[in-house]
Amino acid sequence: MTDKSNDPNQMTGAAMIVRALIDHGVQHIFGYPGGAVLPIYDEIFQQSDVEHILVRHEQGAGHAAEGYARSTGKPGVVLVTSGPGATNMVTPLTDALMDSIPLVCITGQVPTHLIGNDAFQECDTVGITRPCTKHNWLVRDVNDLAKVLHEAFYVATTGRPGPVVVDVPKDVQFALGTYHPPRKSDVHVSYTPRVKGDAAQIRKAVALLAAAKRPVIYSGGGVINSGPEASKLLRELVDVTGFPITSTLMGLGAYPATGKNWLGMLGMHGTYEANMTMHGCDVMLCVGARFDDRITGRTDAFSPGSKKIHIDIDPSSINKNIHVDVPIIGDAGNVLGDLLQVFKAEAKKPDIKAWWQEIAKWRARNSLAYKKSNDVILPQYAIQKLFEATRGHDTYITTEVGQHQMWAAQFFGFDEPHRWMTSGGLGTMGYGLPAALGVQVAHPDSLVIDIAGDASVQMTMQEMSTAVQFELPIKIFILNNQYMGMVRQWQQLLHGNRLSHSYSEALPDFVKLADAFGCVGIQAIKPSDLDGALKEMIKVKRPVLFDCRVAALENCFPMIPSGKAHNEMLLPAEATDEATAAAFAGGKALV
Amino acid sequence: MNQPASAYFLEERHDPNETHTLSVLVQNEPGVLARVIGLFSGRGYNIDSLTVSETESHKHLSRITIVTTGTPTVIEQIKHQLDRMIPVYRVVDMTITGRSIERELAMVKVRGRGDSRVEALRLADAFRARVIDATTESFVFEITGNSSKISQFIDLMRPLGLVEVARTGVAAIGRGPEGM
Ligand SMILES: Cc1ncc(C[n+]2csc(CCOP(=O)(O)OP(=O)(O)O)c2C)c(N)n1
Ligand SMILES: [Mg+2]
Repeated sequence: MTDKSNDPNQMTGAAMIVRALIDHGVQHIFGYPGGAVLPIYDEIFQQSDVEHILVRHEQGAGHAAEGYARSTGKPGVVLVTSGPGATNMVTPLTDALMDSIPLVCITGQVPTHLIGNDAFQECDTVGITRPCTKHNWLVRDVNDLAKVLHEAFYVATTGRPGPVVVDVPKDVQFALGTYHPPRKSDVHVSYTPRVKGDAAQIRKAVALLAAAKRPVIYSGGGVINSGPEASKLLRELVDVTGFPITSTLMGLGAYPATGKNWLGMLGMHGTYEANMTMHGCDVMLCVGARFDDRITGRTDAFSPGSKKIHIDIDPSSINKNIHVDVPIIGDAGNVLGDLLQVFKAEAKKPDIKAWWQEIAKWRARNSLAYKKSNDVILPQYAIQKLFEATRGHDTYITTEVGQHQMWAAQFFGFDEPHRWMTSGGLGTMGYGLPAALGVQVAHPDSLVIDIAGDASVQMTMQEMSTAVQFELPIKIFILNNQYMGMVRQWQQLLHGNRLSHSYSEALPDFVKLADAFGCVGIQAIKPSDLDGALKEMIKVKRPVLFDCRVAALENCFPMIPSGKAHNEMLLPAEATDEATAAAFAGGKALV
Repeated sequence: MNQPASAYFLEERHDPNETHTLSVLVQNEPGVLARVIGLFSGRGYNIDSLTVSETESHKHLSRITIVTTGTPTVIEQIKHQLDRMIPVYRVVDMTITGRSIERELAMVKVRGRGDSRVEALRLADAFRARVIDATTESFVFEITGNSSKISQFIDLMRPLGLVEVARTGVAAIGRGPEGM
């Protein structure tokens, strides 16, 4: 027998976890302690390489890790206890799965011999999180732990990124075993995500693009996930081809909003020009987006006359909702690089002047117009003002979910990727505030703003306490319309204006609440208040709750009415009561 | 077209359904079957038949055979969704390759006396079913074949005193020298 006591790789499971975090370059984790993770917390206490951010609710830890991941491109790491700690993570895990965000979540579990016994704070974590993770593991033997942890990081961050869970029983945390640093053989041989696109398909795509008369590029979150290089290549492709470009909610910033070929966001609340361009195009290049139902409108009338090229790393995204002509499976950046090379070598910039003239007419409809007021703050105006006030600052934006989210997407211009963090797939109210925490942890000197709604922000408000404890000067800019505005909008449009439970009768006084948390409360009531109040918000280096009182009944346009196609948008100027009623004619909705 | 006003596009497409047999090679590890079944229930896919067993124990490989029904788009989705699971090595659509053999085994218990007993035995013989248990008033037949042959046999046994049936579900393998 060899003496293992001097072997530096002999350690407890708990020590392995911290060691693996260090080996994967993790500097920050978000978590909340409990009985089943105390050995790990004990290890965290005795080192200083990994900083732990203590949240107030595990959901907050999950969204904070998402914000961290999205703004850095690195995986977000979460540590929570068994039972309720794990179940509180279900929402952020699902959110991260829908939006392809790399998360590594370590959960404590009751000791191995008690599993299945309904032990205190036991739940079937791998069973519960199986459908909301890319993969998950229960580690029953301490000697498997290093391998599983390394594989977890690999799976979360490669291919189509996503959340993973490693469930570690308490006895495994205490047990002694042998650690090893990350190595290739830690990963399932069956897991081989495809990065490089097929050369023949790329040639086909280039031939289509080169012959296009009415092309459009439609990009998505996959370009952001692929890393900064992909955004650079996308910009180059737009320059080289001269094509118009639109993007999904998740893809904002990959191409700059100030770029001359930018059409604005597409989809349900996208611009008229973006949707009309999609509808009328003859060649569509979709990069890292997935033809989701908020994008397509009615699928049988979606861009009926176009040949479609689809670049995606996930083969299951191909032909899921919309049939495409040239699928290319691979990483967005990698494929864009190859495609550009072939295009530059073999094709010329097509002449699409006539197409741009048509697009100019759609642009002239000014689909984001809204009525200004001197008495009340219009939410759109508030975002425009916020955007102006943040120019020249190193700004990151997160949002909650609702009208304010759509207005933020429409009116805040993003010129860089990784600057815009929003819950697109799951639409999770309560995402933005903790996500802002995570962004601020990763970028301590930047200006991090959560564009929030009065209802959403109350879902994870407790994390203001975290912001104060860790001196994270996040700015919560609440567009306070006293309504669940998006719900009310649908009730007005679809349910005979019966505003069932969409009015918040008893909102807290956000300024006093700020005071109670020990942060700064600011209020703006009139348009003339805004400039000064925003300046103050940006100047103060502490967390801020900004209560921006906005016009209560403003609705979000333009809009593709339900069951309609891209060319049947309802524009703000035309959204009279009668036109709206006609556009939404039909019975009550079940879903 | 008027659909009920909704945030979703409600009209379903009604392409004709097809039945496909899929062979799925997986790492035999805890929870792998739950993952596969959870995928089908979670995404609303059909499972007509499912069999699973370890096939290469030294490599910890199991083979899952799934018979499923859906539109061509859904079948394509199912294959991609299976393929992207971490412990899945390969998914082969045995129906598309068109060169596969499918077999199922059933044990069929029939109870009766007199003429019906004789008739059951005669039919069993015609179907090449073997008697694997017998009492003075019952038989258990073992029958292998494709699923429709087995169903047909069971239908014939019904009026002759069918008591119960145990079926294994479908196993499938490609013809010729190549593996999957
Ligand atoms: C967790 C969760 N519950 C319910 C919903 C449904 N929902 C979508 S928007 C919305 C209202 C949001 O209100 P608010 O935050 O005030 O934003 P506003 O639309 O007024 O800008 C609701 C309830 C959701 N998206 N998430
Ligand atoms: Mg509101």
